[in-house]
Amino acid sequence: MIMDYQKAGRYLKFGLISTAALAATAGVALAKSDIVVAMQLEPPHLDPTSAAAGAIDSVLYSNVFEGLTRFGPDGSVNPGLAKGWDISEDGKTYTFMLREGVTFHDGSAMDAEDVKFSLDRARAEDSANAQKTLFEGIESVEVMDPLTVKVTLAAPNGSFLFNMAWGDAVIVAPETIADIKTTPIGTGAFMFKNWVQGDKIDLEKNAAYWGTPAKLDKVSFKFISDPTAAFAAVMAEDVDAFVGFPAPENLPQFEADPRFQVLVGSTEGETILSTNNKMPPFDNVKVRKALAHAIDRQAIINGAMFGYGTPIGTHFAPHNPDYVDLTANSAYDPEMAKALLAEAGYADGFTTTLKLPPPSYARRGGEIIAAQLRAVGIEAEISNLEWAQWLEQVFRGKDYGLTIVSHTEPFDIGIYARPDYYFQYDNPSFQQLMTDLGAEADPAKRSALLTTAQETISGDYVNGYLFQLAYPTVANAKVQGLWKDAPTQATDLTAVYWQ
Amino acid sequence: MEERGIVPHPGVAAPMLHYLLKRLASLGLSLVVASLVIFLTLEVVPGDPAAYMLGINAQEDTLAALREELGLNGSVVERYLSWVGGLLVGDFGTSYTYRTSVAEMIGERLWISLPLALYALALSTLIAFPAGIWAASRRGSAADVGVMGITQLGVAIPNFWFAMLMVLIFAINLRWFSAGGFVGWNAGLGAALKSLTLPAVALALPQASILARVMRSSLLDTLSEDFMRTARAKGLSRGQALRRHALRNALIPVLTIIGMQFSFLLAGAIIIENVFFLPGLGRLVFQSISARDLIVVESVVMLLVFAVIVVNFLVDLTYAIVDPRLRGRR
Repeated sequence: MIMDYQKAGRYLKFGLISTAALAATAGVALAKSDIVVAMQLEPPHLDPTSAAAGAIDSVLYSNVFEGLTRFGPDGSVNPGLAKGWDISEDGKTYTFMLREGVTFHDGSAMDAEDVKFSLDRARAEDSANAQKTLFEGIESVEVMDPLTVKVTLAAPNGSFLFNMAWGDAVIVAPETIADIKTTPIGTGAFMFKNWVQGDKIDLEKNAAYWGTPAKLDKVSFKFISDPTAAFAAVMAEDVDAFVGFPAPENLPQFEADPRFQVLVGSTEGETILSTNNKMPPFDNVKVRKALAHAIDRQAIINGAMFGYGTPIGTHFAPHNPDYVDLTANSAYDPEMAKALLAEAGYADGFTTTLKLPPPSYARRGGEIIAAQLRAVGIEAEISNLEWAQWLEQVFRGKDYGLTIVSHTEPFDIGIYARPDYYFQYDNPSFQQLMTDLGAEADPAKRSALLTTAQETISGDYVNGYLFQLAYPTVANAKVQGLWKDAPTQATDLTAVYWQ
Repeated sequence: MEERGIVPHPGVAAPMLHYLLKRLASLGLSLVVASLVIFLTLEVVPGDPAAYMLGINAQEDTLAALREELGLNGSVVERYLSWVGGLLVGDFGTSYTYRTSVAEMIGERLWISLPLALYALALSTLIAFPAGIWAASRRGSAADVGVMGITQLGVAIPNFWFAMLMVLIFAINLRWFSAGGFVGWNAGLGAALKSLTLPAVALALPQASILARVMRSSLLDTLSEDFMRTARAKGLSRGQALRRHALRNALIPVLTIIGMQFSFLLAGAIIIENVFFLPGLGRLVFQSISARDLIVVESVVMLLVFAVIVVNFLVDLTYAIVDPRLRGRR
C-alpha cells in the first residue's frame, strides 16, 4: 500500500511538470471516492411515492429514483427516463419516448409497463400518494410499445411535465413495490445499500447506470437533528457536508474557516404569516392590510434567520422568472397599520392566537412578529405546537388566528384557489385565474396570468408574506458539484466529486 | 450477631419463597396498570399519524386509505387488546412510519442503549464507591470537603451542557474523539467503546456525584452504630471494621440508587443521545412521539417500564441477599 501511494505521488509530481492531463488522471486516482452527507431529518421510510416527508426525497431523489422528467439544479425541467416527448395539438396527449437500456437496480429492464404501473398506482383510488393532485388530470396511460407511453389528460395541463418531475412521480417497478419502504429499487446512479435506522443510510455507485456514471463510489447520509450537534459534527469533520444546515447563527464561523465552504441557496419555501381569512377580524381586508404593514420583514430575517432569506411580497419564489416584487404593497409602516385598524373599528386593537410549528424560523420569527404586532395594538398569544398538533389544529381544524409556516412545495400558488384550504381564502376571480392557467400552454400568456395571480393575493393581503427560506449547505472546501439551491427537496449527488 | 447470610438456613426458604411470590404479584400488577396508563395517555394525545405522514397536500380519500392500512379505525378496546395480546407473545407490532417490526427496531436500538447504560453505570460506580468511602473514612478532612464540593458541582451541572463542553474540547479542539455517532459493533470493541465514551462520561458524571454522596452519608450513618463500636472494641482496626461490617450495612440505600440510576440511564438518555446523535432507544421515542408513531412509543415505553420494574425487583432480591433479615420479615 505504501508503495502504491509513493508511486502515485511520483506520478502526480511527474504529471505536474509535464502535462496537465496526466496530473488530472493521477489526481482522480488519489481523490476520495466516498462522502458523508448529513441532514437534519431522517426519512420515515424509503418510498417517495407514499409520504409527504421531504427527507425521503432529500436522500433518494435523482440518486436512487428517477422520473420521466427531472429537476435540474436551477429548477428547470429536463428529460429523465423519457428522452423526449410529443405533445398533441390540443395539449391533451403526451407521448413519452423512453430511454433504451435502462435497468432497475435488481437488473430488470425499465420499460413502458413500469411507467404505466407507476402512474396508475399513484392515481388509483386507494393510492397513498401524498401529492395525488399531480396525477388528477390523467385520464389514461397506454403502453404503445416497450419504449413508448401515451398519457391522455382530461384537459390541457401546462404544468404536466413539471408535475412528472416531482419525487412523488418517480418510476417504480411492480416486482419490487412490496418492499419499497425498506428496500428501494430504482433506476438512478446510486443503489440503496443499507439503512441503520436512526443513524444513516448508505448508497453505492450503480455500475450499470444508463447515463453519466456517478463520480463517487459510496455515499452515507447521516441524520443529526440537534443544531448544536450539527455544528459539532461539521467542526470535528465527522461529516463532509451538511445540507440544510439548521443553525444559521453558525454560518459566519464556517465562512471564516478555510476548511469549509458555505453555500447559501434559495428554496421553494415561501415563509408566510398564514392568516385565517374567515375568522373575524381577519375577514376584514383592512385588518389584514394593517397586519401586513405592521410587520418589519427585514427585522424578522435578521432576528430569526441571522440575515439569510429574501423578502417576498407574494406567494412566489423570487428566483422564478415570473416573480413580481410586490414587497412595496406591504412596506413596514406601523403608523399606517394603526390608522387602518382604527378605520376597521379596532382602534384599541384586539387579541388573537399565533400558533407556531417547531422549525426555528417559526419559533424565533413568532416572537419577533408578536412584538411587532403588539406595537400597533394587536395582542398575539403564542402557543408552540408540534407538527402533528399543528396539522390537526391549524391545518385541518382551522382553529387559529395566525401561524407561521414555510410552504416548501415548488410552484404552489394554486393553493389559493382552494377555498377550504387552511387560510380559507375564497376569491372566485382568483380561482378562475388558476383554471385559465392550467389550460394555458403559451409561455407569454402564462406569465401574464401568473403576474395577475401574484398581484391578486398580494393586493388582498391574504397572508403576511415574509421571506423565501434560504438553504444553507456547509461542506468541506474540497467537495465539488453540490447543488446550491433547492428547487425541490433533493440532494442530487450524481455530479459530486472530491477535488 | 448474625452476619453470615448468603447461604439460606433451612427454615428461611419458605419465607423467601413467600417474599418472591409477593414481589412477583406486585410486578405483574404494575405492568397491567402501566400498560393501561400508557395506552390511554397516548390515546388522548392530539395528532393523527396518517395526517403527519401525508402532509399538507394530502387528500381526504388518501388519508382514509392510509388510516385503514395502519389499523387506526378500530375501537379503543379492540386496539388495546390487540396491542397487549401482541406484547404477551412478544409481538410488538409494526411501526406506522418505518413499516418494520417494532421488536426488531427496539432490538437494534438496545444494542446501543444497553451498553451505553452499563458503561455509564460502571463508570459511575467505579468513581462513586472509592470517592464515597474515602470521604466517609476521613470525615471533616480536606479530602471529604473536596469530594463533597466536587460532587455538589457534579449534581448541579446539567449533563447535556457538560456533554457539549466535552465535544468542544475533545472532539472539536483536540480531535481525540468524533463529535458523535456510533461506529457500530462491527468496527471492533475498542472503536465501539470509544464512540460511546464521551456520552457515557456525560451520563455518568451526575450519577457518580449522587452515588458518592449517598455512599458517604450511608457509611457515616453506619459508622455511628453501636455494632461498629463493638467491632472496634473487639480489636478491629478502623479500616477492618469499615470493610467487614460497615460497608455491607451501608449498601442498601446505595443499591436502591444504583437500581434507579440504571433505569434512568436506559430511558433517560434522550438528550444525551440527541447531543451525540446516537441511534438509541431515547432517540427512537423522541422521533416516534413527534411522528405520532404511537405503536412504537407505546411499546418502547412499556419495555422501559418493564425494565424499571424488573430492575427494582432484582434490587429487592439483592436486599434480601445483603440483609438476611429482610427475607424472614416480609
